[in-house]
Amino acid sequence: MIHIVDMGVNHETAPVELRESLALYSESSEASVACITDLPWIKEGLFISTCNRVEALFTTENTQEAESSVVELLSQTRSVSAEDFLPHLFIHRDKDAVRHLLRVASSLDSMIVGEPQILGQIKDAYSKATRERTTGVILNRLMHRAFHTAKRVRTETGICDAAVSVSYAAVELAKKIFYDLRGKKVLLIGAGEMAELAARNLLSQGVTSVTVANRTFERAVDLARNFQGRPVAFEEIGLQLFEADIVISSTASPGYIITVEQVKKCFRKRRNNPLFFIDIAVPRDVEPQVNDLENAYVYDIDDLRGVVRINKAKRADEAFKAERIVEEEVIKFGKWLKTLAVVPTIVSLKEKGEAIRRAEIKKSIADLGSLSPEQMGVLESLTLSIVEKIFNDPIVFLKGKSERPHATVYLDMARKLFNLEPYDKEEEKHEHSGNDSKSQKAS
Amino acid sequence: MTALVFGKLALVFIFLATAGLIIYIINQKKTVYLWSYRLLVAGFSCLSLQIGCNYYELGVAPVLTFKSSLSFFAWTILGAYLVFQLKFRLMVLGSFIAPLVACLLIMSTAISGAEVTVKPMLRSFWLTVHVVASFVGNGIFALTFMAGIMYLSQERQIKKKTFGSLYARLPSLATLDSINHYSLIWGFSFLTIGIITGVIYAQYALGSYWQWDPKEVWSLITWLFYAALLHERLAVGWRGRRAALMAIIGFAVLSFTFVGASLWLSDYHSFRNLGGFAYQ
Repeated sequence: MIHIVDMGVNHETAPVELRESLALYSESSEASVACITDLPWIKEGLFISTCNRVEALFTTENTQEAESSVVELLSQTRSVSAEDFLPHLFIHRDKDAVRHLLRVASSLDSMIVGEPQILGQIKDAYSKATRERTTGVILNRLMHRAFHTAKRVRTETGICDAAVSVSYAAVELAKKIFYDLRGKKVLLIGAGEMAELAARNLLSQGVTSVTVANRTFERAVDLARNFQGRPVAFEEIGLQLFEADIVISSTASPGYIITVEQVKKCFRKRRNNPLFFIDIAVPRDVEPQVNDLENAYVYDIDDLRGVVRINKAKRADEAFKAERIVEEEVIKFGKWLKTLAVVPTIVSLKEKGEAIRRAEIKKSIADLGSLSPEQMGVLESLTLSIVEKIFNDPIVFLKGKSERPHATVYLDMARKLFNLEPYDKEEEKHEHSGNDSKSQKAS
Repeated sequence: MTALVFGKLALVFIFLATAGLIIYIINQKKTVYLWSYRLLVAGFSCLSLQIGCNYYELGVAPVLTFKSSLSFFAWTILGAYLVFQLKFRLMVLGSFIAPLVACLLIMSTAISGAEVTVKPMLRSFWLTVHVVASFVGNGIFALTFMAGIMYLSQERQIKKKTFGSLYARLPSLATLDSINHYSLIWGFSFLTIGIITGVIYAQYALGSYWQWDPKEVWSLITWLFYAALLHERLAVGWRGRRAALMAIIGFAVLSFTFVGASLWLSDYHSFRNLGGFAYQ
């Protein structure tokens, strides 16, 4: 009986230092991918390695042995002692392993649920594995199901829709006000990580220019260089309000930098073009009453956090839907895996039929004398269809029973009835570890 | 007879489309929208055929009765929406426009029709242009009105920082404002053409350009209102909330001109005098 195992460490089970030391270095990763199938007991396998997780996914017939050999491999190649990471190790087997992989691919297991990068990372890991030919029938199928599930989760649920960071929430709001951010102008007042991140996100959405104002002009010049923007003096802010569309403010000033009077004055000159204030500063830089002015919109840090909170709650709701989709796909894959169990018996049935046919033809051909190619063809198709028809019903029967819990009873029965050789593990193992069969499967 | 069949078909298509568009705004499935849109186009085509047949039979634009005026109005709104849809590709606008169109059609079906006797003087090129241009103007202003409602709803959510289920479904403020802008310009142009041709026709048929008939007065008020709004928009730079509010008020004035002035106040514009009501 073949088992699927998924084991490793992730952001929930292990601290970041351990994850870092276990992570594969990208240059050596192809070699490390290849070495997983060099381990005894492992038939197909691949590594998934991102900043939040290091996981080995493989199929085996002896889970105990295979698992300990993977632990050994990890500790040897990464020079981390096994005792250090064993307590942080998770192991999922069979159905749980399938479910785990589908959840990871659908970004349900991510630190930020719904983040889109993980699918690309898994696709990379898989393409490396296919290049090294370390995956076979089962993992190929499993990985494709995982991609399919991720796609379903993305399109059928809103799990990736809502922005869950303050700077993205600001960008989303800007889009709801301006629709297209191309050609819009940003005024950045003060400095700070979050403000700069927001400005950077806006730039990536096509904002044309960033103007930077700072109390110390030198700092403004530095920052402006980062954004390929223009530095202005702090006193010019009033004038800049005529031009800007989006104002990001995060100064350490105790009082308001932008007052209602100032904004009111500028609207006539800017022909009432909307003005969006993102006030990240604490205490606030923009007088709250500015929000009451027509065509002015003020969001302070608490408002933005509020948006993020709502969005996170929305994602959590959507996660239920996503889990249901994952469960559906797990069941589908389980069904397919069970049909796989009857395949060897069906193959040996067919082989037996073919062997009998060949032997009988060989016996009779001498008595038949010389045959024309047409006659030979008739003989071939006659014997072929006899064998096919005799074995058709048993094969259909076995396929039909493959999903039943007692499938093995029927398989045993069929093997005894047709006197097929018993299911020989040693021989199978030998066959699978051979390079030829592997490359056949990988293709 | 053919007209009747097309009318019924149009009704069925437009109701199905409306139902579909309401489902679309709830579940946001693009296929639902696509099918509703096709149904809407089919409904519009049938309605066009019905109106075409009626025009052919009567020899004048079929707006002589309140019943047929309503369905003609519905037709122009739908047409204006379909044209704007080509430019703005704003699926959610359909979910607002289609129910309005369906309502007008229900009212039109519910009102009993009357025998129409077409006075020979009504068969005139200028009158047809007058009627069509005025109605198309009204139809486009219906879009301005709906975009105004959507703007106010969306703006309120952004200002108050409370996001309802409509927030994600409605487009950005800039989009809604530009619909307001374009529909205002086009609606105003058509209304102006409608009034000018009406004046020309009045001179030609009645011998005087302007008779201070209540409908004329109210049309002038409506026209002045939209002219003021357009001026403020283009010259002063009104936009956003204020423009949306004015578009809504403007449509209320327009509706009164359309319904009130025709039914209760009017002199020669009333349906009674157009031959649309049975003579008592």
